[in-house]
Amino acid sequence: MAQSITEDSIRAALADRLKASHVEVQDMSGGCGQAFTSLIVSPEFAGKNSLKRHRLVNAALKDEIAQIHAWSARCQTPEEYEKERAATGGNDGPPLDGTAGGEVTGVSQ
Amino acid sequence: MFARTILSRQLLRPAFAAPVATAARTSFLTSIQARFLSDQTRQAIDKAVSSAPVVLFMKGTPETPQCGFSRASIQVLGMQGVDPAKFAAFNVLEDNELRQGIKEYSDWPTIPQLYIDKEFVGGCDIIISMHQSGELAKLLEEKKVLAAEAEAAEEEQAKKE
Repeated sequence: MAQSITEDSIRAALADRLKASHVEVQDMSGGCGQAFTSLIVSPEFAGKNSLKRHRLVNAALKDEIAQIHAWSARCQTPEEYEKERAATGGNDGPPLDGTAGGEVTGVSQ
Repeated sequence: MFARTILSRQLLRPAFAAPVATAARTSFLTSIQARFLSDQTRQAIDKAVSSAPVVLFMKGTPETPQCGFSRASIQVLGMQGVDPAKFAAFNVLEDNELRQGIKEYSDWPTIPQLYIDKEFVGGCDIIISMHQSGELAKLLEEKKVLAAEAEAAEEEQAKKE
């Protein structure tokens, strides 16, 4: 296995490969560091539907995702991100659906 | 907890379970775990994807999902009121070739994976966000795979007869 995947390495990869202007990565593994959820804000998502955005992220993080057990993402354009912030006074952050209090449950991989 | 009540009710419907039991018995098994998708695996997955209008590849079964993301996805399909007769779930934990093969087949790295009318819809994140935005309800309605609609259609049919 290559170097270990961390919140920082994922953040850096997304900033580099997807020109992400804002990235929030959260470890949802409960400590083993093999499950992450993320909020990704990138202008490259503009004009793309949800499936295409996720495919873009999956391609950008192909090696990383193959090494970890679970991956979750929410993909927004800078405009959508700002709009949500303006509307809610914050943002919803990375998705935690399917986790138990922010931790992955069940069999991995 | 509201969602959970709905879920249990949906999932306890025996018909919902039926396709899974059948699917589990459908053998994908071959002795080797191919690095690349073999024709045989591709054909088996083609068949699985076409086995019902709504197909979910998941970890575990609808009654006992083995992963939170699979659980959340099946929960959404239950809440949406997908017609059990038009639904099939395949447990990837039953078959390693399916588990690896489906990732390549869909070009998607994670499980669960949802197909509607043989078309890949997405994984858990997409299912949840489409559920929240109303897109999923719209899609399921368009594809006529909701239980209520099926009943209505049957009633309509019965009236004619």
